Amino acid sequence: MSEAILARPRQTRQKRAWPESWVAAAFVAPAALVILLVVVVPLGRALWMSLFNIQLTRPGNEPFVGLGNYIDQLTSGDFWGATGRALYFTGVSTTLELSLGMGLALLMDQPLRFRWVLRTIIILPWALPTIVNALMWRWIDNAEYGALNALLTQTGVLHSYQPWLSNSDTAMWMVILADVWKITPLVAILMLAGLQSVDREIIEVARVDGAGAFQVFRFIVLPLITPVILILLVLRTMEAFKVFDIVWIMTNGGPANSTQTIAIYAYQTAYQGFDFGRGAALGYLIALVIMVLAAVYLRLLGRTGRT
Amino acid sequence: MLLAVIVVLAPFAWLLISSVAAPVDLLRRPLAWIPQHISLDRFAELTFGSSSSENAEGFRAALINSTVIASAVTLVSLTVGTPAAYAFARLRFPGRGWLILAFMATYMLPPIALILPLYQIMAFLNLRDTQLALIIIYASFVTPFVIWIMRGYIASISSDLDDAARVDGASRLGVLWRIIVPISLPGLLSTALLAFLMAWDEFLYALIMTETTASKTLPVAINDFIGRHGLDFGLLATGGVIAALPPVVIAFVFQRYIVAGLASGGVKG
Repeated sequence: MSEAILARPRQTRQKRAWPESWVAAAFVAPAALVILLVVVVPLGRALWMSLFNIQLTRPGNEPFVGLGNYIDQLTSGDFWGATGRALYFTGVSTTLELSLGMGLALLMDQPLRFRWVLRTIIILPWALPTIVNALMWRWIDNAEYGALNALLTQTGVLHSYQPWLSNSDTAMWMVILADVWKITPLVAILMLAGLQSVDREIIEVARVDGAGAFQVFRFIVLPLITPVILILLVLRTMEAFKVFDIVWIMTNGGPANSTQTIAIYAYQTAYQGFDFGRGAALGYLIALVIMVLAAVYLRLLGRTGRT
Repeated sequence: MLLAVIVVLAPFAWLLISSVAAPVDLLRRPLAWIPQHISLDRFAELTFGSSSSENAEGFRAALINSTVIASAVTLVSLTVGTPAAYAFARLRFPGRGWLILAFMATYMLPPIALILPLYQIMAFLNLRDTQLALIIIYASFVTPFVIWIMRGYIASISSDLDDAARVDGASRLGVLWRIIVPISLPGLLSTALLAFLMAWDEFLYALIMTETTASKTLPVAINDFIGRHGLDFGLLATGGVIAALPPVVIAFVFQRYIVAGLASGGVKG
């Protein structure tokens, strides 16, 4: 097609049409309104609130405390305890989800006879609403009538029923188990998508050259899907650090605060301690951590998007 | 393989069994895995039954609230999100790069950071305990997600089609409506399903914003159930199964679209 043919319509079009950036503004404006109004205004207000001592039990008396709420938190044992528990939950659940997810993905990638069964049902735990998942595990882990106790005693692993969720040594592990059961399939699905994008020919060539299954995985597949793994790692870390729903339904943060992660702590400070100033400061501290992780995540996404 | 299938299915099976088993069967020790009495009474009570117990009415209201809210959020976020996604995918304009990053940042912001001021603002606007409040809040984090996925989807469509239509005199809006939208129907479908599931699943905002059956969603209703009937496991399991049914059926039926949407939303730039 020559330039001459295209030139004429393009000129007439430009006379009638808006400049491109006006069109863009009109297209983006409704979304920007929906997103930013609900976020920017509260975000500013939360910052403002976090600088005051606002106790709902003491209305009308809300002195300005500057960074006092932040300093209180950063020097408080409760805050670091909750941060530590959130990090523990994040570290253990993310490690398990990524390694088990990788295993499942490799399994589903093999030309096995019944892999379609697994591929079909693997999406179900992910689809189960978080609250229902938490409720289900709360019931399975029940101290008196739970299926876990029944299973373990009937198979002879345990002699007596255990109060899994009301024992502060096991409660966190039960929450992690429930989270891993729900999230591992999602990780596996995304890893499988990564595996399937690996060029089969490279693998065939390596096989012909005498590489074993482990070598193919270690030196060819793994480097190629490392970007996907990294992205999932950051994404899961971000989600796990701010965990609230599953913990709240299963244990309410108990027993003896043993499952009180940072988001639970912030919620309890604001809505059970009626301390909105400190609650807002805690919200900001959590958001800060999440935003650092988000920046890493978006950078990684940008890098894979370009290649 | 078999082990993986069992581990995935067993908890589901137990939830289903618990939802239809008679209370005596659930409280037996040693536990009998196959209940002797099976009844769908609790399903009837919580859904279409004539029972006017507080449970049944609250649960039915929550089912309706969740459906209305998740549908409205899906509709709103697709309507405002798709043109924005088109702009990000196709048009050059100042601030394009940082604006999409700002949108993504709002999507990832933890609710706990926004919830205190949002609660006050909604109270100020007289929107506390309304479906509208939750629709507005959910749309604010579902829309960036819609933009993100649809931007990738639209960018993968060849722009030759756009150019051809533009040469024929179509406006940008015309291109979007008559060319991009019809071609992206599979992408729109998977985005819509994921948007619906996100709104259906949300708990923390709903926990704070809702007070009565006027706006309580299913996750809040289930939370209340646990508080009130912590020991009636059969009823809890039944409520759980009903709340899980729509997303699980959607995910199962539209599996291909969901997986495609998840992959492009989560791990591809």
